[in-house]
Amino acid sequence: MARVLRAIGQVLLYGAFAGVIGYFSVRPVYQAMAPDQALIKLSFSHAAQPVGACHQRTAEELARLPPNMRAPEVCPRERSPVTFELDLDGKTVVRAVLPPTGVARDGAARLYQRFPVQAGVHRVRVRLRDNVRDTGYTYTREGSINLVPGQVFVIDFNSRRGGFVFK
Amino acid sequence: MLKIIQSAGQTVFSRLDRLFSAVFGDRANPLYHLGALGFYFFWVVAVSGIYLYIFFETSTVAAYQSIERLTHDQWWLGGVMRSLHRYGSDAMVAVMFTHMTREFLFDRMRGPRWYSWFTGVPLIAFVYASGINGYWLVWDRLAQYIAVTTAEWIDWLPFFTEPIARNFLNEAAVSDRFFSLLSFLHIGIPLFLLLAMWIHIQRIAHARTNPPRRLAAGTLAALLVLSLAFPALSQGPANLDTVDARVGLDWFYLPLYPLIDRWGSGTVWALVGGSGLLLMVLPWLPYRKRDPVAVVSLPNCNGCGWCFADCPYSAVTLAPRTDGLPFDHEAVVNPELCIACGICVGSCPTATPFRRLTDLTPGIDLPDRNIRELRERTVAACAGLEGPARVLVYGCRHSAHADQLIAPGVTVLTVPCLAALPPSFIDFVIMRRQADGVLLAGCNRGNCHYRLGTDWTTQRLAGERDPRLRERVPRNRIEVFHGGRGWPDSLPEVLVQFRARLTSLAPLNEKPPHPAAKTPEQQHGAD
Ligand code: HEM
Ligand code: SF4
Ligand code: SF4
Repeated sequence: MARVLRAIGQVLLYGAFAGVIGYFSVRPVYQAMAPDQALIKLSFSHAAQPVGACHQRTAEELARLPPNMRAPEVCPRERSPVTFELDLDGKTVVRAVLPPTGVARDGAARLYQRFPVQAGVHRVRVRLRDNVRDTGYTYTREGSINLVPGQVFVIDFNSRRGGFVFK
Repeated sequence: MLKIIQSAGQTVFSRLDRLFSAVFGDRANPLYHLGALGFYFFWVVAVSGIYLYIFFETSTVAAYQSIERLTHDQWWLGGVMRSLHRYGSDAMVAVMFTHMTREFLFDRMRGPRWYSWFTGVPLIAFVYASGINGYWLVWDRLAQYIAVTTAEWIDWLPFFTEPIARNFLNEAAVSDRFFSLLSFLHIGIPLFLLLAMWIHIQRIAHARTNPPRRLAAGTLAALLVLSLAFPALSQGPANLDTVDARVGLDWFYLPLYPLIDRWGSGTVWALVGGSGLLLMVLPWLPYRKRDPVAVVSLPNCNGCGWCFADCPYSAVTLAPRTDGLPFDHEAVVNPELCIACGICVGSCPTATPFRRLTDLTPGIDLPDRNIRELRERTVAACAGLEGPARVLVYGCRHSAHADQLIAPGVTVLTVPCLAALPPSFIDFVIMRRQADGVLLAGCNRGNCHYRLGTDWTTQRLAGERDPRLRERVPRNRIEVFHGGRGWPDSLPEVLVQFRARLTSLAPLNEKPPHPAAKTPEQQHGAD
């Protein structure tokens, strides 16, 4: 009798162990976002313009330098911060001033953000300035997008490809 | 506060111990083999993983398909292996945290035991890194969710100039090169885990890294049935151009991911870093003074090495003799490793109460609870005993509540561990008729506070391990109760039955020798 009870107990406890392992390995299902939403990913890495203008050395300046360092033009290494704005349906939802990376502040400025939006038609307007000496925006793009639920819409930036890239 | 948590937790665990012992028996109680089960599941995962690797293709598109083929076309082996690989990994997390909680609640992390605790903490990170890395390789919808969230989480740290998350912006961004790196890591990280597991048990003598065979077979059978009934499946091929509103998460490995979504990466880093740090310093919170460690008395040590064989933390070593006595070795205690359990004293042949009081200094002893004092306490406690079934109880201070037994005819002495009591004391008490019987009350088998105490006690009484209890001591005058805190109610019952038995026994014939007389034991100096 005791043997039978123990055997039953073992089956129950092993069963409970397997049940817990099996269940929590996929359940409960996680709701990452609402089913009628789409995702906008906003990300770029952009090396902005230098903070100052390059400077042509005069003859006297050059003469003062050791012969192997007589470059006629000096440019500041530090890059401008990147100013960025995103308007969604007429409202500014992201506004960021992104500093250059790197110890010498000569690296690319980076942005990465993702946020869910209601699926459907949206008006998107993005602006970017990458030179402190300018006042207006160097790059802008706007357009109307139609997002289906679950769609990932990427806003990237690539100056060599002419600025903002919508994917 | 800590004490309250620990004592409540001990009660809970002890109740569970009792249930599991009733079902599996003391020897195969899974709660006594959590660390060993951790090793075991590691091997289950390693073997099934090697099988999966043979068929796995390391490019983003092919990876998913190769696993699908294995799961469906070869469900009878490949699919089972895949399920075992997943469920074994989950089981490893489950036993790891139960093991950690148990060691914490029973306070088995203080003094020199800090080492096992401290080296246990990185194991958590290695286990998680291995598991999350593994889920990534399937490259299904779940893997995609993990990839994006992990990348964003790591990007929060100021290490990488280019955000890793940009590798997972959309389908066009994913590279096979990154994927090969991940599959390479999935061999490397588990190997580091194994190395770290080995380091984890370095200071533990006779570490149990294999569960009893029955338990191993039972858990494997349970995982096999689970694998056949609910095979591990993928959640559709990854496609970074779309995102799922719902994902089936493995909550053993991914409970932090929803938190990263909700609270942000910085908060979760703080949470992980903070808890890691807290765990690391826990053995010193609050700071407690250590018990004085075992001390060797060279003139009394004959270098037999029994203490060396019995120390649960390898704190005793044998060194070449330094004092000119005609023995090869002498015992040396490393105070950094000694947890003052006294087991070495219980194993030392010179720690015998038959020796005269004046020279009762054994080869090894605990300064604050020495053998001479134990002999005095034994004699004094027995002197007050009267009645037909006089019982001396030696109770381990970490387990059964022996003090509750004190009654007319019954007296209780506390020892640090039952194995810290030299068997010659039982001989001494019974053969000198200081009491009619001796009851030893200690931790339940498999859950000794000092790991090996119950095993050594059992073997010494059975005459299987030195120092043996002498043949002449009638075994029916000894009762051993192996029951920790989960069994407080059964101890009085054991005593009642023991006393009934003692009453029914014929009295011992031997006359008590005069204490001052030279007995054979004295000449041998040992039993
Ligand atoms: C991969 C996960 C782990 C495995 C496979 C593992 C395995 C083991 C094994 C085999 C032992 C020896 C048991 C014995 O023979 O008495 C042990 C002891 C110990 N483990 Fe772990 N362990 C793991 C994780 C952890 C963690 C996360 C902690 C706590 C942070 C921890 C804390 C301890 C402590 C304190 C001991 C020493 C107990 C004593 O001195 O009696 N372990 N572990
Ligand atoms: S008291 Fe003795 S047996 Fe216990 S840890 Fe110290 S040296 Fe080892
Ligand atoms: S058991 Fe005692 S006599 Fe033997 S080596 Fe250890 S201290 Fe010396």
